[in-house]
Amino acid sequence: MAATDTTPLVALRDIRKSYGDVEVLRGVSFDVHRGEVVCLIGPSGSGKTTLVRCINHLEKIQSGRITVDGELIGYREHKGRIIEDSEKRIADRRQKIGMVFQRFNLFPHLTALENVTVGPVRVQGRDPKTVTAEARELLARVKLADRAGHYPSQLSGGQQQRVAIARALAMKPAVMLFDEPTSALDPETVGEVLEVMKELALTGTTMIVVTHEMGFARDVANRIVMMDQGAVVEIGSAEQIFTNPQQERTKAFFKAMR
Amino acid sequence: MSGDFNIDTAFFLKYLFNPPAIIWKGLWLTIWISVVAQALGVAIGLLIALSIRSKRAWLRGFGKFYVWVWRGTPLLVQLVLIYTGVAAAGFYKYPDIQIGPFTLTGPLQAALITLSLNEAAYMAEIFRAALSSIDKGQFDAARALGMRPITAMRWIILPQAARMVVPPLGNEFTLMIKGTSLLAILGIRELFGTLQQLNAATFRTFELFIIAAIWYLLLTTIMGFVQKRLEAHYGRYDQPAADSKTTPGLRGLFSGQR
Repeated sequence: MAATDTTPLVALRDIRKSYGDVEVLRGVSFDVHRGEVVCLIGPSGSGKTTLVRCINHLEKIQSGRITVDGELIGYREHKGRIIEDSEKRIADRRQKIGMVFQRFNLFPHLTALENVTVGPVRVQGRDPKTVTAEARELLARVKLADRAGHYPSQLSGGQQQRVAIARALAMKPAVMLFDEPTSALDPETVGEVLEVMKELALTGTTMIVVTHEMGFARDVANRIVMMDQGAVVEIGSAEQIFTNPQQERTKAFFKAMR
Repeated sequence: MSGDFNIDTAFFLKYLFNPPAIIWKGLWLTIWISVVAQALGVAIGLLIALSIRSKRAWLRGFGKFYVWVWRGTPLLVQLVLIYTGVAAAGFYKYPDIQIGPFTLTGPLQAALITLSLNEAAYMAEIFRAALSSIDKGQFDAARALGMRPITAMRWIILPQAARMVVPPLGNEFTLMIKGTSLLAILGIRELFGTLQQLNAATFRTFELFIIAAIWYLLLTTIMGFVQKRLEAHYGRYDQPAADSKTTPGLRGLFSGQR
């Protein structure tokens, strides 16, 4: 689980973003190394979700740079200036970045199996037979082998989110982003999703997880990034952040959580 | 069925159950013009809808202008303008076009062009409404999988839009079938034009126009059946798992549509 490589897989450098006059990210910087699980915590509106959406360029940034596996995301350098990249290159970069959404966003017109195969087949142009076999394995891995032919409307929230995880994994991404993956779930299905995520973490998947599940963060995260008002308050190991937070803001946040 | 109305029952029954060849020809003309014009209208309408949703201001402007003009003027006026106006201005003289054994006469070309372009304006509005009703999360999920806009449109967005387009499309096609009766003004002998011609020879107005009504009703009814099948097809993913094979029966026939 420890980082085996010194170059970061995901590097965020001084990310700034604003909607009109409202600054939602004010210079965020941190690195994520291969095999690491980093949890982003903090109060609502602190910019956690916006930050993970910036990492695969679902949101534009005003300044700073994001690299994944050494490649700039969303932008490229042109004659010394940074300009937005072409649709095609942005789309190519995104294949390396899996994303799981708070509201699942499964494709309702496709079965669970088709949701998992559509990316590799339609984006990567891979052989449908091979992809289908892999997709069945992925569904088994998220414990939904028996739901392959079901449409999303026929699945519970927890099942849908597990299909969404399989869908993202099917692209064989270098890093997985999770945007509050359990916030829209019924309490009784939260556990099954966290279980799958824990299993992914144990098998060495690099993960960036926005979460309010402090138990999960404490058990699974290598590092915790505490954010507030668009900035990083503190970064530390799960152990250090939970047992010995350095910043008053972090202590106040934990106090309010109880 | 006689007396005050003075209906020639024998004439009526003969023309209804044993129609002369020219009625069959007129009927066939009505059907293929409707189908071709509707198909072209759907294709062009989709392009117009996409241009209205474009990032480029001039494409949006063009799309809105197109819909404004074609929806804001009567079909009859458009027919006459496209046929006589375009030829008179010397843009295009409508020479006969030979396609295999079929001859596409000048009036038929003008009719197909006008009906298609007119229909495209209505279909554009239908597509636009359907596309804008699709959850933003679907676009996010497609992009996150690395889909380029055209791939996302083809495999994720349009299949979902199609389902919302089918009911209004059924309406449009019904209007199209009935609307072809206006082509008589260009001297086209479709169903209505043919019966009008027979009327001029026999003065059996009431009998002939009842026959016309019956034929149009039959066509639009068959259309209704096709629509129900399409709706069931596109609605399949909303069915609960248990009865996903249900197909609509006769009861759907008399409900709803114009």
